[in-house]
Formats: sequence, structure tokens, C-alpha cells
Amino acid sequence: MASVHPARFGLVLALACALLAGLALASLAIGRFPVGFGEVARSLAAAMAGHASGLAANVDAVIREVRAPRVLAAMLVGAALSGAGAAFQSLFKNPLVSPDILGVSAGCALGAGAAVLLALPIAAVQALAFGGGLLAVALVVAIGTWVGGRDPLLTLVLTGVVVGSLFGAGIALVKLVADPYNELPAITFWLLGSFSSAGPREAAAALVPAAIGIVPLALLRWRVDALSLPEDEARSLGLAVTPLRIAVIACATLATAGSVALAGTIGWVGLVIPHAARLIAGAAFARVLPLSLVLGAAFMLVVDTVCRTAFPIEVPPGVATALIGTPAFIALLALSFRRSA
Amino acid sequence: MTLATRDLTYGFRERIVGRAMQVAIDAGEVVCLLGPNGSGKTTLLRTLLGLVPPLAGEVTLDGRPLSQWPVRARAMRLAYVPQAAESYFDFSVLEMVEMGRTAHRGAFARPGARDLERAHVALERLGIEALAARPIHRVSGGERQLALIARALATEATHILMDEPAANLDFGNQARVLEEIARLRAAGAAVVFSTHHPDHALRIADRVVMIRAGGLMAAGTTADVMNSENLSALYGRPVEVALVASGEGTPRRVCVPSSGRPA
Repeated sequence: MASVHPARFGLVLALACALLAGLALASLAIGRFPVGFGEVARSLAAAMAGHASGLAANVDAVIREVRAPRVLAAMLVGAALSGAGAAFQSLFKNPLVSPDILGVSAGCALGAGAAVLLALPIAAVQALAFGGGLLAVALVVAIGTWVGGRDPLLTLVLTGVVVGSLFGAGIALVKLVADPYNELPAITFWLLGSFSSAGPREAAAALVPAAIGIVPLALLRWRVDALSLPEDEARSLGLAVTPLRIAVIACATLATAGSVALAGTIGWVGLVIPHAARLIAGAAFARVLPLSLVLGAAFMLVVDTVCRTAFPIEVPPGVATALIGTPAFIALLALSFRRSA
Repeated sequence: MTLATRDLTYGFRERIVGRAMQVAIDAGEVVCLLGPNGSGKTTLLRTLLGLVPPLAGEVTLDGRPLSQWPVRARAMRLAYVPQAAESYFDFSVLEMVEMGRTAHRGAFARPGARDLERAHVALERLGIEALAARPIHRVSGGERQLALIARALATEATHILMDEPAANLDFGNQARVLEEIARLRAAGAAVVFSTHHPDHALRIADRVVMIRAGGLMAAGTTADVMNSENLSALYGRPVEVALVASGEGTPRRVCVPSSGRPA
């Protein structure tokens, strides 16, 4: 499979955006309470223009207050995790890492879980998630450097697994002390990865860390490729390696923290989507990042829509991404090894 | 336009690799670094590039210590041609060469028309323009090495430091790299390269620096230093320097290992 010519990337990105817009409209129409595409379009147009849509009040409510926040939340989480994954992969010169594999998601989940337990406000949940994520990434880098080893790819992945399971133990502790009637089911369901609690307020709150994380990455996108070179090469090319690394780690962790605080730990997206984007668009981060954001949003939206409509009970999207992500990752791995061989 | 060392002791983490080194490398000359395996050629190159700090003494560029140069200004003057790594992301050859322009633009700037033009010029000079769109994993080891040299050209640096640029290359590509080094000199650049082939030094170097077991063994013009005694001492094996007739007119000197016994 050959990647598209750089000159045609604009077209590919535009097609991906159109696909995402179509999926968003479809997702607003699909559900227990059926709504037509025309009604969706009318309700949204009226909301944007600020006049009455002329539809029944409950139709407007389903579209604007129930489904729209959830659609936005799913797109936001998919985009944030995929963008963070793409950044982590370049940063660690390692196509096998992602927020979940590095243990960052687990770190964020422990921070957020502790905040939920203490019944803190949403900004504090996000801040503690960010702190936990940073702690996890710092541990992974420190342990990985200290252990060393011949295969840095493998060392980093294994260290991530170890740190992730350490934070997993912390999460188990949080569950143990949680009130088993109210807090425990809420924490458990949220940790499985779910958008069911995403209302307008939650979606808006999640936008803040995601934007603060992703916008600097987008601004720095022409610098990140050189960062993925061996360190000597990057430094000899005039790159301020250490400040840039710290900036990329902070941004990617913040984007992850925002999405974990909103929807729990959703695995695999941050690993598989940047891979797919790289196969389509080539390795340049200036193309991988925007395509990852759009594809990640589309993927998460499809998964969540299927999870909330196709089964008698609502399936947590985190479970579904694992079911889809595992074989997809194996296929991508085989494909990319065959390409580089 | 001089890259120089003064009483340089180099190495890393307290482990001294070489001491008391005095070298000066001027524009328009080629300096060859010779030494057996583990003699510290790469460490010396990395120190000259400012990638590892000197343990004592200093490395200066235009009389100013490297540590006082801003990172980007230094990168516009000193270019590095490393041995090709295995673990690059799958950039195209053009994207790889274009990274040589990193120091020429700000942190948020995209590559401009001039950056792309310099990258294309560099590819043309090395005769690999046809590979521009090819993924870096899909070209041969020799072509990848040529791409890294092209990246160094794209930086427009005055000094180009190459770590065994001819390693892993077949005979023809080795000759191509040596020709390109001669062309860089003709264009006014200073080139430092390390090699395991003393013949490469005889072929194009103006001066030779021989390092061995933690120090400078000999340094001087190629004609002065490249003799049988020095080379035998450097590699710990008897080496003869012989003259061979050549189609280029004057006889050329070549190195051959010898049995050590007089014929």
C-alpha cells in the first residue's frame, strides 16, 4: 500500500472531513428516538441562526441536548487521543506507543478517579488527571532510561506496561474505598470508557484541555519530524531538543487527561489511528497530525453510535475499541513490517 | 572560518577518550580522521560538533567556544553526516533532506520555497533527485547515506563533519562520496571525515589526523603523515604505502597490508 502523493493530501484531508461531517449528521439522527436527517439539519441551522426551528420541543431537545453533546464528546475524545498518540509516537521515535500503552491513560485515570472519589469539581478532575498522566510519563521515561537495553522500542513498551499496571493497582485501591452503591458503579462504568454521562457542560469542559493540548502540537507540526530523528541528528540540525520534548509531552498528556476525565480509559485509538494516518499520508507529522485528528474523531463517533444503538444494552465504547483495535493493530503491524522489510 | 580545538580532552561521563588535541580545520580543506576500531573517532566528531561537551580545553568556531554559540546559529555552520540509523520513520528522501533546513526557520514556520529549492539542489548535486519521493526505507544503504550527505548540503554549513560516510557503501558509491567531498572542498567548504580506509585519505585528504588509544598519534599533511611507519603503528599491523601507475598521469600512492618480511 503506497501512501498518497503529498500534493494530493489536501484532497484526502477534505474527503476525511466530509466523511466526518456526514457521520456526525447520521449519528444525530440515529437512536432510540428516530429523527429524520431533514429535522437534524433544520434544528441545527435554527440553533446556529438563533431562531425557532418550528419542530416539536422534544425533537429539538433530543438533537441539541442529548445527542449533540455526545457526538461532540466522542469526536473530541477520538481526536484528542489520536493526536496525542501521533505526538507520542514521533517523540519516542516509536510507532508502537500510544497514551494507553505508555501508561499515560492509566496515570490520568488514577488522578481523575481520586478526584471523583473526593467529589471535586470537573476542573480539579482534569487537573489531577493531567498530574497523574505526567507522573506516569515521567516514570516511563526515567525507568526506560535507567534500564537501557539494546532494543529501545521494546524497553519503552514494556516499561509502559509495567507503569500502567502500577497505576492500575492504584485505581483498584480507589475502587476499594469507593462507596459500593453509588461511587463504585459510576467509577467502574466510567473507567470502561463511556460517553453516557456526556452532557453539554461535560463536553464543553473537555474542549479546554483538548484544545490547549492539540493547538500547540499543530503549531509545532513542522518541527516534530526532526524530533523523531536520533538525538544527535536532531541536535546537530539546530533543534532545541529538550524544550521541544517537554512541550510535546505536556501537550499530548494534557489532551489525554481531558479525554480520560470525560470518558474514562479508551484504549487502542491512540495507537491504531496514527498508524492508519501514516499509512495513508506518509510519515510527515504535518500530515499525520491533522489526518489523525479527523480519522480519530470519525472512528470514535462510529464506535459510540454503534455501541449506543445496536445492542439491547449500551456497550461501553472502551470495550468495543479493544475488540476492533486489537486485530486492526495486528494487521497494521504486519503491513508496516512488510513495507519496511 | 576556522573550527579549532585548544588542549582538547574529549570523552563522555569522565571516561577520557583522547587528550591534549590541537586541530584547526579551515574552509576549503579536507581533513581525514584515521584510527582503529574504538579509537574514539565518533566521540571526537561529536565533540567537534558540540554534541558532547569537552572534558577539558575547548572547541572554537571563528575563535568563539562552541558552548557560546546559539544552537541554531551553530547548526547553520556545522553540519553532521551520521552513519544512517535503522529506525527512521518512513519519511521520503526529500523530506529527510529538507530537515537540513530546520535551523533556517522559526519553531512554527513551515518549509518555504527557498527551503525546498535548497533541498532539491542538494539532491541534484548528489545525483539522487530521482529518489526524492521514495520512502527512506525503500532506498539502498548507499542511497540513504547519500541522502544524509544531501541533508548536510541543504544546511549550507561551512563545515561538514562526516562519520564514516563510506561505510556500508559498495566500491562505486564510495568513489561517488569521495568525489562529492572533493566538490564540497572546491565550493569552499571544510570537510572532516572519518574512515577505515587509509586509501580514502590518500585519495582526497589535504591533512590527516591519526588517533589511537586515547590520543593523537600523528597529524599533518597527507604527504607527510601517510607513510608506512605511521600506518603500521596506527593499526598494529605492517602496512606498506606503494606507488601505482595511474591513468591520471602521476603515480598514486596506495596502502597495502604486508607480511612484514622483506621481499
